[in-house]
Amino acid sequence: MTSLAAPINLLAALFLLVAFAMLSQRRLANLISLYAWQGTILTFSIAMAAYADHSAHLYASALLTGVLKIVLVPILLRRLARRLDLQWDRESLVQIPTVMLIGLGLVIFAFNAALPIAGVGHIINHAIVGIALASILLSLLMMILRATALSQVIGFLALENSLIFVATSVTYGMPMVIEFGIALDVIVGVFILGVFFFHIREQFDSLDIARIERREE
Amino acid sequence: MHVPTGLPWGLILSALILWSLLAWASLFIPKAPRIAPLIFPLGALGALCVAAAGLLALHGPPVTMVSPLGLPGLPFHGRLDALSGLFLALFGLTTVAISLDLTGYRAREHYPVAARIGVQYHILLMSLTLVFVAADAYSFLIAWEAMALSSYLLVVTDHRTSAARRAGFLYLLIEHVGALAILAAFAILIAQAPAGPQLAYTFAALHTANPGPAVAGLVFVLAFLGFGAKAGLVPLHVWLPQAHPVAPSPISALLSSVLLKVGIYGLLRVAFVVLPTPAPWWGLTVLTVGLVTALLGALSSAVQSDMKRLLAYSSVENIGLITAAIGLALLFSAYGLKALAALALIAALYHCLNHAFFKGLLFLGTGSVLHATGERNLGRLGGLIHRMPQTALLMLIGTLAIAGVPPLNGFVSEWLTLQAFLKAAALPRPYLAMGIPLGAALTALVAGLAGYVMVKFYGIVFLGRPRETRLTHAVEAGPFERAGLGLLALLCIVLGLWPAGIIALLRPAARLLIGTDAPVTVSYAGARVGVAHAGYAPAVLWLAFGVIALATVLVLRKRSPRPARRAAVWNCGHPVVGARMQDTAEGFGQPIRRIFTAFLAARHRQPAPDDLAPRYGSVVEDRFWTDLYRPAARGFETIFAWTAALGPRRIAVSLFCVLMTLIVLLALAP
Repeated sequence: MTSLAAPINLLAALFLLVAFAMLSQRRLANLISLYAWQGTILTFSIAMAAYADHSAHLYASALLTGVLKIVLVPILLRRLARRLDLQWDRESLVQIPTVMLIGLGLVIFAFNAALPIAGVGHIINHAIVGIALASILLSLLMMILRATALSQVIGFLALENSLIFVATSVTYGMPMVIEFGIALDVIVGVFILGVFFFHIREQFDSLDIARIERREE
Repeated sequence: MHVPTGLPWGLILSALILWSLLAWASLFIPKAPRIAPLIFPLGALGALCVAAAGLLALHGPPVTMVSPLGLPGLPFHGRLDALSGLFLALFGLTTVAISLDLTGYRAREHYPVAARIGVQYHILLMSLTLVFVAADAYSFLIAWEAMALSSYLLVVTDHRTSAARRAGFLYLLIEHVGALAILAAFAILIAQAPAGPQLAYTFAALHTANPGPAVAGLVFVLAFLGFGAKAGLVPLHVWLPQAHPVAPSPISALLSSVLLKVGIYGLLRVAFVVLPTPAPWWGLTVLTVGLVTALLGALSSAVQSDMKRLLAYSSVENIGLITAAIGLALLFSAYGLKALAALALIAALYHCLNHAFFKGLLFLGTGSVLHATGERNLGRLGGLIHRMPQTALLMLIGTLAIAGVPPLNGFVSEWLTLQAFLKAAALPRPYLAMGIPLGAALTALVAGLAGYVMVKFYGIVFLGRPRETRLTHAVEAGPFERAGLGLLALLCIVLGLWPAGIIALLRPAARLLIGTDAPVTVSYAGARVGVAHAGYAPAVLWLAFGVIALATVLVLRKRSPRPARRAAVWNCGHPVVGARMQDTAEGFGQPIRRIFTAFLAARHRQPAPDDLAPRYGSVVEDRFWTDLYRPAARGFETIFAWTAALGPRRIAVSLFCVLMTLIVLLALAP
């Protein structure tokens, strides 16, 4: 188990790095690629946990995550972006350096908050909990700062990735049933949101959140 | 009789496969109209298989099955015992008739509608079967939800009208509240189960959980709430009179005959099989709710002027009677009077069967009338016995049965219920022993009101003169519809004339739930049922009636000086004989409306004395709308408006609030 500590730490660090990259990425197409990368890292970390725990169900979970988050959901999102014709739109974000600084603050906070949690589980390394918590907060931050609906959805999916990450690293995964349920929710959610976006754009001529909200009032 | 144990399962499985194929095939009706006539008759075949399986299971040993399907580590458990068997038989037999009726219904509907009904109807049939055979909380709830959703879609078949959409929403809402209560009940029981390596979620494992009296009571209340919402008990009955009129008539029949019984089935399953010995207050609660439901249902149905709303309220009344009998069974078994509990339970189960058959018959017949005339309002019908003689005859059997007229089945179960009420004097508590037999008086009042309602229903629709000129173009229902009606009418007659056989059929179910047989119910060779010193022998009674009637006719014929002849109707000396001279539905219900003003919220329209074209009318609303639901809705709206005023308008701000909450909570964590 100790021999695995280094690679798992490395993966966790990469996970956090991708979360930051997503926070600063302006183009939707690149954002989707980053999401796929995050899924890849997640898959590897679950596989690693499965190897450490010799658990068949974690292997199955890794396979499920891989198929879903590296292949299926990115393909669906890409197709959606292409059909909505906004893959190369640039989003107007708040200044990126400011966002990065806020993100750094969140990471420091998350590490502090993770200390007591880390004592509970049979943990590989308490830093991993901190990292996972930090990426949850970063995904939330990303959802707040994004201006288009589709990238908010990617932020939401990233949030879900971080939750799975924290679950596998702290308790070696959730019961298989719950994982199946979440996987099903993600896939159905992406489908339904895809349909919704077409309707929203028909109604409001835009997927820009600010414009939709203005119309509502 | 030797029956291979696998046979019932085989029948059920083949019905499920057949129905799933039919649901799938129905999608192609618009493209290949040639398959359309086959869909519903084949569905009836599946229903016949299920009915056969149910009847076999009634007398066979319980068969369990673990499905290879399901999630890893959580397989579906199935169990076919006497209780499931009884309800499967009820469901299967009624569904045969409904499928036959739908065959005719399909032929006169447009293809897209027929295709949609074909898909949803067969999914509903599958989920109903699964509800009855499920033996664990988890597959039960999945089947339950599938049933709720598919029946919702059937209710809103006519989704272009706002009334259908609103009724559908109400149905879905109450259904979900009920499902949540059931989920909570099961979740509490599962949490009480002894911890083991495997999650205890089968009914058998939950039975061994043996929670304390307080927890068991909580579970019972939640289950009663949930299943009561499905069965339509007061005050959650409001969806019935809304949903039944808007649904297509065969679907109304299915809702009333089978779906309400699913609530009863669930209540029986949880209260008698899953939970430990009941406490006396359970029985009292169920009894009170049942009696109140029965009375309010009967009163409300007496003042309706829409055929289907009238029948819907009559279903509320019948469900109330069934529930009251179940309450008695719970009470008896709480005090250890097992034999009497079995008697009350047999009365409840008998009435379940009866209600399924005669209410299915009435709803299907109403559908035929609706198709022939395009009219649901009693005020515009009349005289249909001349246009639709066969339908009228079959409907007469249904109305007599539901009114509790002796040779037919309604009387048998009401008689059994009354016997159970009168036996309550055996209870060891003086208050109960003296108070509960009074319930018999209430039951008798309800039975009387039911008779009044049925006189009104049948008299206004089929007798007298047509109230509209276009009623003269009404035509007899098609052969499939009449076949469906005929099957149900036949069942009503069989259940009425052969109570000994039916009680023998019901005994295993009662034995399963109570643990002992009902020794008070003795049946002799098919003619006599005796409960202690009271007895009812319909065949003998009917033979005597027949002999007396025949003798009277013969004597009158013999002694009358002139032969019988047909003459014009006597017009009471009035110069003009018209349809307006007849009593109307409102007029007929008026005494009830006056006597029971306190129970009904009626608005009258009374013309001024000098009005030259006077129009009378009254709108009767359910008091639960005005006194319970509207204030509750207003309360929720106030709370909602308050929170909406507090909350931010922008998504980003809401998300920011989420983030800040998360950060604060994390910071507060030790």
